[in-house]
Amino acid sequence: MPDRYHIHAVPQPAQFPRVGKFGSVDWREDCSRCTNCVKPRCLYDVYRNEAAYNRDPFSSVRTLDGCRACLSCVQGCTKGLLNIAPSPEYLGLGDDYWKPEVILSTWNQADAGKIPVSGAGYRGRFHGPGFDSIWTDMSEIVRPTRDGIHGREYISTSVDIGPKPLRLQFTPDGKLLSPPARLIEIQLPAILDLPVWQMPGANLAAARIAAAKALKTLAVVTAGDGAQALPKQLPAVMPLVTKGSLLESRDILESVHIAQIWDGPDAPALAAELLAINPDLIAVVRMPLSPASADRVMELTRAGIRVFQVCAGLHGREQSPDGRPGRHLKDALREVHGRLVKEGIRDETTLIVSGGIALAEHLAKAIICGADLVAVDTALLVALGCRVCRGRQHPSSHCPAGLDSLGSDGYAAQRLVNLMSAWHSQLIEVLGAMGIREVRRLRGEVGRAIFMEEIEKEAFGGLRRVSRAQVSA
Amino acid sequence: MTAVHAMQVPQPPSEAQRAGPSDWPQQGVPRVVRPAPDRYRNALGKYQIDRLASCKSCGRCVQVCSYGVHVKPAGYKFTLRPLDHLCIGPECGDKPDSCLAQCPQGALALRRNPSAECMGDPRWPSDLILSTWHQAATGHAPPPHLDGRLGASGGGFDSLRLAFETSDWEPVPRTPLDEIDTGLDLNRRDDGRPQVHIDVPLYGGGMSFGSVSIHTILGKARAAAAWNTFTCTGEGGYPDRLRPYDDYVITQVATGLFGVRDETIQRVRMVEFKYAQGAKPGLGGHLLGDKNTPAVARMREAVAGNALFSPFPFHSVYSVEDHKKHVDWIRAVNPRCLVSVKVSTPTDVDMVAVGSYYAGAHIIHLDGSYGGTGAAPDIAKKNIAMPIEYAIPKVHKFLAAEGIRDKVTLICSGGIRSAYDLLKAVALGADGVVIGTPEMVALGCVRCACCESGRGCPRGIASTDPELMMLMSQEWATQRLINLINAWREQIVDALSRLGLRSIRELRGRSDALRLVVDGAEVPS
Repeated sequence: MPDRYHIHAVPQPAQFPRVGKFGSVDWREDCSRCTNCVKPRCLYDVYRNEAAYNRDPFSSVRTLDGCRACLSCVQGCTKGLLNIAPSPEYLGLGDDYWKPEVILSTWNQADAGKIPVSGAGYRGRFHGPGFDSIWTDMSEIVRPTRDGIHGREYISTSVDIGPKPLRLQFTPDGKLLSPPARLIEIQLPAILDLPVWQMPGANLAAARIAAAKALKTLAVVTAGDGAQALPKQLPAVMPLVTKGSLLESRDILESVHIAQIWDGPDAPALAAELLAINPDLIAVVRMPLSPASADRVMELTRAGIRVFQVCAGLHGREQSPDGRPGRHLKDALREVHGRLVKEGIRDETTLIVSGGIALAEHLAKAIICGADLVAVDTALLVALGCRVCRGRQHPSSHCPAGLDSLGSDGYAAQRLVNLMSAWHSQLIEVLGAMGIREVRRLRGEVGRAIFMEEIEKEAFGGLRRVSRAQVSA
Repeated sequence: MTAVHAMQVPQPPSEAQRAGPSDWPQQGVPRVVRPAPDRYRNALGKYQIDRLASCKSCGRCVQVCSYGVHVKPAGYKFTLRPLDHLCIGPECGDKPDSCLAQCPQGALALRRNPSAECMGDPRWPSDLILSTWHQAATGHAPPPHLDGRLGASGGGFDSLRLAFETSDWEPVPRTPLDEIDTGLDLNRRDDGRPQVHIDVPLYGGGMSFGSVSIHTILGKARAAAAWNTFTCTGEGGYPDRLRPYDDYVITQVATGLFGVRDETIQRVRMVEFKYAQGAKPGLGGHLLGDKNTPAVARMREAVAGNALFSPFPFHSVYSVEDHKKHVDWIRAVNPRCLVSVKVSTPTDVDMVAVGSYYAGAHIIHLDGSYGGTGAAPDIAKKNIAMPIEYAIPKVHKFLAAEGIRDKVTLICSGGIRSAYDLLKAVALGADGVVIGTPEMVALGCVRCACCESGRGCPRGIASTDPELMMLMSQEWATQRLINLINAWREQIVDALSRLGLRSIRELRGRSDALRLVVDGAEVPS
């Protein structure tokens, strides 16, 4: 039995200014200073911590961050003067896809690497667009391991990247004709991708590489950043090279096992050039996810390419040439995957998907929709404090989360490791509930998922419909 | 007031009618509705009245307010702080005779209560929590300014309406209210076991000793006794203090088998197998070490302070044949009990239900994925298994197609928040429901979701901390839950009357009593 894959999560408190969900406290006139709210009523010592922060500049930066809105202080205030309210700053985080709760949850996961747990049932909307219209299956009695998902037996999350020949070929006298398979096995079905938008600061790439090394996965970096990696880190590096930089990228290409190129008319030729530099190299063609992706992937497979990364937009949608968002990943990906299956070449190829992978559930659902693995991009920035403002909040100054001035002390890498640790544990929860022992078997398993459009039709299809205008007030 | 309400409420069976197997003297609980106001110093309302320092305490506001918001007791020089939780908001405040308009000093201001808005989320908006509090406090339907029927989740029950809530409803003659029956018979197998009747089409969900306080458990049990229905032990064992209510308790047999013994199975009228739960489908229970106090540990025969994991699934069940063996075990240990099988909602939930019926279950209990009161991984609560709204018609239709629909009772849970959710679930095909979160909310839960952390619930409901659990008494908890069930029953009776039905049983599977609200473009011409 191979060594058990384990991610070493170590608590790494945030060094960026956090935004609490409830932080706006309103004292009406006439407070009697009885301190009931501060002492007996607050179970979480929120006010005391707040006071400590105000007095001591070196205490943790948590401005009412710990308030859980249990309202004990509000309802217990001797004179009924106290109110709390959701923090406007919190409500302003992110956008309609990278919602405040997604950002806060990611921060918390990166803090400690633990699965988010809460009580009192689900709190969100019934369904939504994209991944929020998929539920994963479970089994009442089938279980991959009988001593718990964290027990002795093992739920594998490893995947292979590279051309996968379906069968070996031999000469009539039994000699092996097929070349040795060039496969890279990574232990997590997620690689650490480049930021979607331009993000200055070389230490970000270094953090990705260090985290990928610790996670036994890969980090996508520019060829220049890859060249800065330590020799022991090179197995975790996947440089993205361009035709123009091929000459200066020669050293790094000779040292790594896998590299990416952008799609273009000369992509097959460029891939051939990479192989000429390093015959053991696996070439990955990276392309925007578009309505033409399925056709383009098939075209490239006929040219010998076997590994693809399709990149959706920031919100997980197709990127059309006119800039308008197209279908969501869940639909577009099923088309690409389905085409490869139909053409009988799915098992020979590797499909990586990126863009809009914001939560661990997206990782599982993208794989159900047909990806072998995902590339995580914006979520990594969020783990380091990004608010997905993309310069909106401080267009003329530095990043409010300090991403442009990250240190090289391991802080950033550990937070990325923690986030992936939490995602890994959540993926295992999903696999365990489904009774699946390895993530490879999850790929394209749409039969073990519940799609809202289909189940809604099955359950409510026979009901009489009315418009909102017909509903009595 | 008490006597009047007691007359309006149907009464539980007498001692002579009781048929439970318990050898313990059973304690009756009167089914009486009476006020049980908020247990905190400052009740929370939807609106807030600010009284500025310019108030000269003339008492004009006291004279004009018919809701009791403003109070100036005789002999007092100053008016008291407004009881703003009683205020109905702009509906009154915009009128010329409101306190706002009549105040000679202009010292009063009305606003939405920001603290109340902190409680909201799409599944349980602030209004729904406040309306549940109102029902638990008064025992009657919520006032119009609080929407107690719907959440804001945008789908499932929130996209359904009862037919009379829409303009395309053609009214039918109303059934007289006192002729409507809300009771259910739970044994439909005709297998010689006793019939078990409940007076309302709902019972309380399993919450273990350990996850919630003993006062919560006793409040649930006493309310169940008052309404001749059930509560469930959860998987934390059977506290001795529940013995006086044995007839109204379901012993749960879950994967951890905590506290399950022959005698706890033999003393009850119903035993529930928990194969899975909606809060964490496919995952076992987990009691954090902090909540495993010495008392909890004694009950569970475990070591105090250690986190307690329940395995998943039952280690003795690998097939439907093993499942039958399980059911046979309980049937043999207690020949007078009914067996309920609680499952979650996977894609093959219809097959699971049929398998459970043929294994001998009297009740199939579907627990949908959006409910649950216990702590669970967020990813499980949101993503694993289908919501109950989809599972009910799926199972109902399949059982009907198999010709066994009338031989088994279908109970559902996991997202039932209001009386209207209950009615919609029954119209989709369930016989009745199990509730959990509404009970917690009735006891003062604000859904801050901190059930699991540290000492547990800061409001003393889901906590075994000796100090926190004293925030609530069992008498108050009992009354709040009796009131809530009465308020729900009143709404159920009213809705059945408007639909022209005579019993809740007539509503089962009547999908023609439902309407699906869609965007204008999707409505067929």
